[in-house]
Amino acid sequence: MDLNIVWFVLIAVLYTGFFVLEGFDFGVGILLPFLGKTDTERRSIINTIGPHWDGNEVWLVTAGGATFAAFPHWYATLFSGFYLPLFLLLMALILRGVSFEFRSKDDNPTWRATWDWAIFTGSLVASILLGVAFANLLRGVPIDASMRYTGGFFNLLNPYALIAGVATVLVFILHGALFLSKKTTGVLVERAQQTARRTWLPALIALITLLIGTLIDTDLLQHRGVWGSLVVILPLAAILLTGYFIRRQRDGWAFVMTCLTVAFTVTAFFVALFPRVMVSSSDPAWSLTIYNAASGPYTLNIMVIVALIFTPFVLVYQGWSYWVFRKRVGNNPKTLTY
Amino acid sequence: MDIAVTLARLQFAITTVYHFFFVPLTLGLSILVALMETFYVRTGNDVYRRMTRFWGKLFVINFATGVVTGIVQEFQFGMNWSEYSRYVGDIFGAPLAIEALLAFFLESTFLGVWIFGWNKLSKKVHLAAIWLVAISSNLSALWILIANSFMQQPVGYMIENGRARLTDFAAVVFNPNIFYQFPHVLTAGLVTASFLMLGISAYHLLRKNEEDLFRRSFKIAAVTGVVFSVLLGGIGHAQGQHMLKTQPMKMAAAEALWETEDPASFSLFAVIDEKNQVNPVALRIPAMLSLLSYNRLDGAVKGLSNLQAEYEALYGPGNYIPPVTIPFWAFRVMVGVGTLMGVLALYALFMAMFKNKLTDKLAWVMKFMPWVVILPYIGNSAGWIMTEVGRYPWVVYGLVRLEDGVSPTVSVGMLWTSLIGYVLIYGLLMVATIYLLRKYALAGPAATDVHAEADADAQPALAR
Repeated sequence: MDLNIVWFVLIAVLYTGFFVLEGFDFGVGILLPFLGKTDTERRSIINTIGPHWDGNEVWLVTAGGATFAAFPHWYATLFSGFYLPLFLLLMALILRGVSFEFRSKDDNPTWRATWDWAIFTGSLVASILLGVAFANLLRGVPIDASMRYTGGFFNLLNPYALIAGVATVLVFILHGALFLSKKTTGVLVERAQQTARRTWLPALIALITLLIGTLIDTDLLQHRGVWGSLVVILPLAAILLTGYFIRRQRDGWAFVMTCLTVAFTVTAFFVALFPRVMVSSSDPAWSLTIYNAASGPYTLNIMVIVALIFTPFVLVYQGWSYWVFRKRVGNNPKTLTY
Repeated sequence: MDIAVTLARLQFAITTVYHFFFVPLTLGLSILVALMETFYVRTGNDVYRRMTRFWGKLFVINFATGVVTGIVQEFQFGMNWSEYSRYVGDIFGAPLAIEALLAFFLESTFLGVWIFGWNKLSKKVHLAAIWLVAISSNLSALWILIANSFMQQPVGYMIENGRARLTDFAAVVFNPNIFYQFPHVLTAGLVTASFLMLGISAYHLLRKNEEDLFRRSFKIAAVTGVVFSVLLGGIGHAQGQHMLKTQPMKMAAAEALWETEDPASFSLFAVIDEKNQVNPVALRIPAMLSLLSYNRLDGAVKGLSNLQAEYEALYGPGNYIPPVTIPFWAFRVMVGVGTLMGVLALYALFMAMFKNKLTDKLAWVMKFMPWVVILPYIGNSAGWIMTEVGRYPWVVYGLVRLEDGVSPTVSVGMLWTSLIGYVLIYGLLMVATIYLLRKYALAGPAATDVHAEADADAQPALAR
């Protein structure tokens, strides 16, 4: 396996980690105003992801940095090309990030309502935009021979990308609801379970629509052939099993299955993309690939060494932090961390 | 210059200076809070636990804003400076990725553990968490400064097919510039934290509120302030001498020195006429610039006009003179504020250590101490403005020009949109952050008090 492939896989792993982890905390953020009826309930909901959301987001920051280091042309074309969606994504992430820290530091109800709104909006907007952006990478966008994005903002708002945005939101809501069902207590558990039951079917439909859209609107079938295209079965199987476990009231297993749904969707995406990183709709030959967009072998080599040494540590201590906070978050305002 | 280039520069300036309002406090205060918790764990004295809680709360509020504004920094290179990213991606991306992998994961995970783990972890593990936050914050500064050092003094590369290729990773990591820049930022962070603590402690001491806790805080801050403002001055001086060798144009601009002089004089004050390239009015100290540059009373310091001629011969026609007024005044503000902080830190230490006739006589100065909090912020911003504006017209010194670095596909309208968006949201964040910092700072430890039993009630998670 050459270094370029190694780096493609590593970046795919980083995005998979990001979507699986931040996926449920985006879902929790979107559900916050609906599941939390009282201030204490909302605080409990936030505290389920309080210690983790920032670490989850670092997966995205690292993916961005790794893209810059390993595939600078991908980084340059993507970030300057998808300018406005990325700008909106940054705004959403900024608002959402500070809100977790700020919302409880003042008693004023308007203050709290404002930051709660920011958590909801930030989580929702970020989820949609990420779905839209990734779908466009695969579907193809206008890119010229010198790797420059020649489209505009509205090129990105095609039906396929919008379906991806909606599917991302619905799957994250399901994912977040199942996370909450395992991490809260009392009435919140019931509400989370109910939400999971109600969201499952819409999420399933959206995901099926997305997968069918992928077969129609991208070059997956020609590019990977019929057998290769079967990769789309994986997320489908996982979300069907999610439904099975929800019905059996096995929330933990259902959550494992939404983790797999997200992970398999991202995997299918990268399988369909490989060896390209951004498909050009102007001319397939102008697509950015892991070869024409890459750094030199020396840089790739060094970064592989760095990644192989440090990634295991990250997995261990981040895993440990989930273990430290493995207990359900209570609903006694006296023992909640504010 | 092209309006798009100007807007991209303006956006970089605003987002960077804004981000750096929060960074130094994170760097410095993380260490001091870790120290306080260390005192608590070692002595068991409850006042240190309350101190940790109080200063830790301010740390966390400040940290939140620092973190979210940092994401913009990482994405901005690709968004506004895509050609730059293509040109140096082989080199510049690596430290950014390493920063995220080595530092951001550690910092964010253990800060979460620290904030939420007071009654879930043993004292020692909890203490280890804040130390890991302190170490990783400062580690992240190291890596981003390694990236910035490449822009100031490119090393370890060759040009191949019109792009820079990394040839020596160790040279990039051990860039001579980083040995000045990193300690400079590190010490500036500690001085920033110490001045925040000095100001807030003085506020409460003047009101005789929580005197034990704030007297100890004041003393810790005063010692930190004295030690690190002296170091900061020394390092800054050395960095200036290094800069004179590697970026003479920046130094000449910071001195508004138009013609080469030997011995060179130092302008305390000058009215600068950039158009005619003269200073009609200047208050000069003879030979002082030579002294600062070479530690002796003679030695030539190159002037802007002479360097312009040199650079034209080297790089072709063009304007190589930065907007002189900005680095000139930024430099003076930075050095002036730094010196003032050194004096104030000495004063604070004197007041903290002694009680005699002289301290009684000088007690009136204490009334102004709450206001000193602002000083490091002025100094930090001025420092970066001088460094980055003085790099003009280069993105990477001597290698990539500003106009060759911007994104060709990003329109002026898009740049305006994002610029206005950032200014609005950053303005909102600034108001909210200062409101919360002020509120918790003035309320004192009572607002952040959690009873010791609550902190210690639960056994470590391991024991359950």
